Amino acid sequence: MAPDRNTLPVVTSVADPMLPRPYGIQRVRRETRDAFTIALTPIGGGDSFSFAPGQFTMLYVLGVGEVPISISGDPAQPQTLVHTIRAVGTVTRTLSQLKRGDVVGVRGPFGSYWPVEEAQGNDVVIVAGGIGLAPLRPVLFHLLAHRNSYGRIILLYGARTPQDLLYVGELEHWRGRFDLEVEVTVDHATEVWRGHVGVVTTFIAKAPFDPFSTIAMICGPEVMMRFTVLELQKHGVQAENIFVSMERNTKCAIGFCGHC
Amino acid sequence: METLKPILAAHPFFQDLEPRYLQLIAGCASNVRFEAGQFIFHEGEEANHFYLIRHGRVALEIVTSERGSITIQTLGEGDVLGWSWLFPPYRWHFDARATTLTRAIALDGKCLRTKCEDDHDLGYELVKRFAHVIMQRLQATRLQLLDVYGARP
Repeated sequence: MAPDRNTLPVVTSVADPMLPRPYGIQRVRRETRDAFTIALTPIGGGDSFSFAPGQFTMLYVLGVGEVPISISGDPAQPQTLVHTIRAVGTVTRTLSQLKRGDVVGVRGPFGSYWPVEEAQGNDVVIVAGGIGLAPLRPVLFHLLAHRNSYGRIILLYGARTPQDLLYVGELEHWRGRFDLEVEVTVDHATEVWRGHVGVVTTFIAKAPFDPFSTIAMICGPEVMMRFTVLELQKHGVQAENIFVSMERNTKCAIGFCGHC
Repeated sequence: METLKPILAAHPFFQDLEPRYLQLIAGCASNVRFEAGQFIFHEGEEANHFYLIRHGRVALEIVTSERGSITIQTLGEGDVLGWSWLFPPYRWHFDARATTLTRAIALDGKCLRTKCEDDHDLGYELVKRFAHVIMQRLQATRLQLLDVYGARP
């Protein structure tokens, strides 16, 4: 499908990848019933680290444990590290209870990144499902900051219900732009919802991209990504231009523990 | 006299359909418009039409005793609404409600069924096109039923 991302050059280096740095929580924002966004800055000031869209960090809660979380903030503003997290396990549930001023450990950034440089000159189709919009949000920030370098930019976003949509304010803002196509759908809704209902893959047939000059980036549940890839290929996008985010079994993030 | 033939030809559902069939189908077609909130049909009613949506959005809904009215799918420009006219007992299985101002071409199902009986080639062509739509909707419904966002990201 996508080329081996491990062969791409590393854009950031980590001074000591095993050593968490203390970061303070600056803001906590509730996104949905079980997802929240936290903004972190280094304790005692100093520089944070730069990151590429798609990279992740290991967030460490003292005495509880460590989890890999994608960075969802603006790569042009690396001084504040933003993560959107779904509270589904022990560590993430503990993170969801932290408040402004609390401290967490941060290692990273780690992992591969979305091909925003390679996508220049092409249409870009971003397909996100559920919490999968979070790792793609830095891509959108980057694309919009370099808008003239890209063709059409299309965001197709699906979630379970209207209450499960992330970044609703930003979605509304992005929908208002003339240089960005945004389609949002949910799988289930009551009659008060005036938007789309149906799976996100149904947007692909109608999306106005040039399949011969398109880079697609997909993040969401694996089943959703599988169907999205099939649909994109059906509409002419070549496999080598389709990039997905597979997030499985990350433990130490540096290939040391062997878990991955 | 102007007919709806060019509009039918421009709709994705009838893409590349032979002109002689378009001519036949145009004889069963009429322009319709639904205001936001207006029901197009109700579950259980006789299904005598299907609709080619030209503009707007339509919600397919079902009423449940526990959760009230639930939207199971929305359709928009370029979509086809309704296939119950094609299969006995010709009754709608869901409610359809325009959620925005919607313009569509209504095709008279009884009229088309008669033409399909007279010309089986036309019938086969229509059934093929509807089978494709039904297949797409079935796949989408399966994906929806998986509730992929429910368990884990």
